[in-house]
Amino acid sequence: MDKTVISVIGKDTTGIIARISTYAYHHNVNILDIAQTIRMGIFNMMMIVDTNNMDISYEEFASQMKAMSDEIGVEIRCQKEEIFNMMHRI
Amino acid sequence: MINIEEVFETTNMISHDNLDVRTVTMGISLFDCISDNLDVTCERIEAKLRRCAGNLASTADQIAAEFGIPIINKRISITPISLIGASCCKKPEDYVRICVLLDRTAKDLGISFLGGFSAIVSKGITPSDRLLMEALPEALAKTDVICASVNVGSTKTGINMDAVKMMGEIIKKAAYETRDNDCMGCAKLVVLCNAPDDNPFMAGAFLGVTQPDVVINVGVSGPGVVKAALDKCHGKDFQVLCDTIKKTAFKITRVGQMVAQEAAKRLGVQFGIIDLSLAPTPAIGDSVADIIEAMGIEKCGAPGTTAALALLNDQVKKGGVMASSYVGGLSGAFIPVSEDAGMIAAAECGCLTIEKLEAMTCVCSVGLDMIAIPGTTSAATISGIIADEAAIGMINQKTTAVRILPVEGKGVGDSIELGGLLGRAPIMPVNNYSCEEFISRGGSIPAPIHSFKN
Repeated sequence: MDKTVISVIGKDTTGIIARISTYAYHHNVNILDIAQTIRMGIFNMMMIVDTNNMDISYEEFASQMKAMSDEIGVEIRCQKEEIFNMMHRI
Repeated sequence: MINIEEVFETTNMISHDNLDVRTVTMGISLFDCISDNLDVTCERIEAKLRRCAGNLASTADQIAAEFGIPIINKRISITPISLIGASCCKKPEDYVRICVLLDRTAKDLGISFLGGFSAIVSKGITPSDRLLMEALPEALAKTDVICASVNVGSTKTGINMDAVKMMGEIIKKAAYETRDNDCMGCAKLVVLCNAPDDNPFMAGAFLGVTQPDVVINVGVSGPGVVKAALDKCHGKDFQVLCDTIKKTAFKITRVGQMVAQEAAKRLGVQFGIIDLSLAPTPAIGDSVADIIEAMGIEKCGAPGTTAALALLNDQVKKGGVMASSYVGGLSGAFIPVSEDAGMIAAAECGCLTIEKLEAMTCVCSVGLDMIAIPGTTSAATISGIIADEAAIGMINQKTTAVRILPVEGKGVGDSIELGGLLGRAPIMPVNNYSCEEFISRGGSIPAPIHSFKN
């Protein structure tokens, strides 16, 4: 399975998760796990998604997330899961 | 499955602590480009570089985007050119022509630096080596992205003092040829002892004769990440300090390993090695000097600095070797003065001297690196500095190097701006008592007794 981690960090505001998940839904991206926390007033969210059946390219998906990040005013990153597994698992 | 703490630890390292992969370097053997005709050799070299590295920059950019990890440099290392041009180059100008061709081709391919305009003269200088060495000042002045190196000694062969003497003069000439450009020629020229065959870092990168036809070597970085981790260890004992560095080095190296494997797979070439290095940049917070200071040294260069650096270097290796199956290159902490904001500050206030840097090179990779000295420094004194470094490398069975810039028309108190990753270099004072007679003796320093291990 091709998993991607979408991470969000920034000022909490309404509709962040809603907008990301709606976009994911429209492109056949399945949400596998989601976690969020507020740390010192900063919103942190992580979403693990399955991009196997995605109907657009990874580049397009990531650039759309970047556009959304600029629009909402929070930092959104898309990274393939391997980087986290490599760094945190032996 | 991965958890939120781990995700944000990683993203924080990238966005706040300057974690990056410093270089993806493709090693390309040029042995199949040899001919006795310079035109033919040039054509073959250009064709091979384009064939092998045509997709290097775009592939690295693609990996960086997918994994969200910046890959700062895409580089090429080639077989030392003095071996490739031996039968077709009859005069230094022929080597200059090859260098200009390499420069043009590398730029076309989107390559940040190409290393391997090199000669290995540890035991003796061939006519071809001599022509390449004589070509260096002009070749470096006429090109932008070509890095040159000359290996003047090794533990097995001793130090070729004729080459050491020549290199002092060549460095002076290279500085003069690029006097209107902050002596940039010298920033692309390094003199090595015990040069490794698989180094992905510049200016000393070349692809040695032991290597495959095409190979991917990756250099990791991350001083900012180590510094951030150590900021949480103030007041703790050495065990905590060492564990923290090891764990951080492991994480940094794993990212390098992942990028290397992915790049090798996508480019269809063999994965070579990971170079476990802490390579600083002039960016604030990406400094090896800052790490030393975070350990409890007031200013880099103060007593205790060498011990702190030795500890750092060793723990980086211990953490890193477990993270990668194949470790090589230089592997250690780099201390290039102009490329490290903390080193620049320490040199400017007089705390960090060339003599202290020399002591530091005994315990880390690589050597006296990116040090600007007064333009009035004699060629013999520069050769003396090279000989000292080479002796440290030869006796301690490690790589050492000198990349030094005798800046025309400038003296102590001045500084030069090299720009980009090369940073800013304050002119450092040099001990000017003469070593002329020693350097002019001719011949070589024999290999040390512990080299006879068979």
